[in-house]
Amino acid sequence: MRCETMSSQNPEAISDALADWSLDRPGIVFQECGSCRQRWYFQRRFCPHCGDGNPSLRQARGIGVVYSATEVHRAPTEALRAYAPYTILLIDAEEGFRMMAHGAAGLVIGERVQAGYRTVAGKLLPFYESEQHG
Amino acid sequence: MSWITGVGLTGFGKSPGFDTLDLMSEAASQAIADAGLERKDIDGLVCGYSTTLPHLMLATVFAEHFGLKPAYAHAIQMGGATGFGMAMLAHELVQAGTVRNILVVAGENRLTGQSRDSTVQTLAQVGHPRYEVPLGPIIPAYYALLAARYMHEFGIDSADIAEFAVLMRRHAALRPGAHLTKAITVEEVVASRPIALPLRVMDCCPVSDGGAAFVVSRSRTGSHGVRIIGASQAHRHQHISALPDIAATGAAEAMSRALSQAGAMVSDARYLAIYDSFTITLCMLLEELGVAPRGRAPEMAREGRFSFDGPLPLNTHGGLLSYGHCGVGGALAHLVETHLQMTGRAGVRQAKEVSLALLHGDGGVFSSHVSLILEQAQ
Repeated sequence: MRCETMSSQNPEAISDALADWSLDRPGIVFQECGSCRQRWYFQRRFCPHCGDGNPSLRQARGIGVVYSATEVHRAPTEALRAYAPYTILLIDAEEGFRMMAHGAAGLVIGERVQAGYRTVAGKLLPFYESEQHG
Repeated sequence: MSWITGVGLTGFGKSPGFDTLDLMSEAASQAIADAGLERKDIDGLVCGYSTTLPHLMLATVFAEHFGLKPAYAHAIQMGGATGFGMAMLAHELVQAGTVRNILVVAGENRLTGQSRDSTVQTLAQVGHPRYEVPLGPIIPAYYALLAARYMHEFGIDSADIAEFAVLMRRHAALRPGAHLTKAITVEEVVASRPIALPLRVMDCCPVSDGGAAFVVSRSRTGSHGVRIIGASQAHRHQHISALPDIAATGAAEAMSRALSQAGAMVSDARYLAIYDSFTITLCMLLEELGVAPRGRAPEMAREGRFSFDGPLPLNTHGGLLSYGHCGVGGALAHLVETHLQMTGRAGVRQAKEVSLALLHGDGGVFSSHVSLILEQAQ
């Protein structure tokens, strides 16, 4: 697992060194505070819990449990309409943060899942499947 | 303490040819007349926002258009919580002595003023721009994620939450001006078109045109005796990915503070005005607020406890689910209906005793919470 320290640089530039789907590289990145050990998903320059200014960026393993799931039939854009219905999940990652992702149809709450990646409407997205298939 | 001295509400639904300022003006005219006041008596103005009239200074735009010269005016934005947030702000400004008579007004031609896709996309932007919106969620998908988890944790199903769609429709049929009035059954709700499962189209409020307004005053201006005796908020997250606890979203925290200011308890309530963007919204709020035990709100609805003629009437105008949802004005309609009930003007929907009402709204994805306590005065 790679850990890096961010200081004055912009978070996108730093996370570029790791695989981060939100920057079009297949992988999931989370942050951890070196001071209070809080972990979270949405990147920022400081710890939202204690205010420490040097959180690290870490690569997640992509393993988690389904917290919730919905099958979306009404897509918001023309580009996404071709993919509907698609499944949107909230995943509790084993590292201790929660994230939104796409996933296989039929996944149920509590199921252990593993992340893969798919390009949907021109955008790389995390796509979870049941762990035994992953 | 502050007084709600007048209310105004347009019909919701399709109002072709009426824009945001037209709908705001219609509701404002009604509210000022109902308060027995004139434009010159209004020294404060609070607005929300309109997706069909995005503007940096909506309050001043409206003041110029409508013909007000207030000493205090601005807009606020709290998503679906904006309506009750404006009511709380008006209450605080009156209590602080900043204003004497403050107009709270909202209106939007959300249905006919833009395309359906445009509405859906604008609303979905309450999601995180980097980690949620690219996945293609829509507002119903955020609430569907809440619904699926809530059903899992508290043992309810789609037919249970459908009770609220049926109840709101029954109330709307008795309310002139409601957007949707055709009677529906639980079977029809659970068989309706899927939007973001477990939510189907009849679990979702419609998009409407409409306007609503009221005046909050330092003292009574006419015969209406309705006052705000408690108001509070809670904000624990913005995005659903960051929601810490589905059973403690902030709703109970806000209501508990408002009740404490009012010296009241949930059991003192004789009327409920609860935000109902989706059937699951109503179910979760009723249970977190302590009106119903966990997993029991649907059963109470089925037993008729929340009917206009039951022991604890809820949204007797039909709520967002059936009176309609025009954006900021949507929740204001809940407040207007509460006022009509407290002043004996609810016609065939009139509840027997409406001495104390609890109002609660949420914005975003259970992100912003506002609770209000209204009391009837002789």
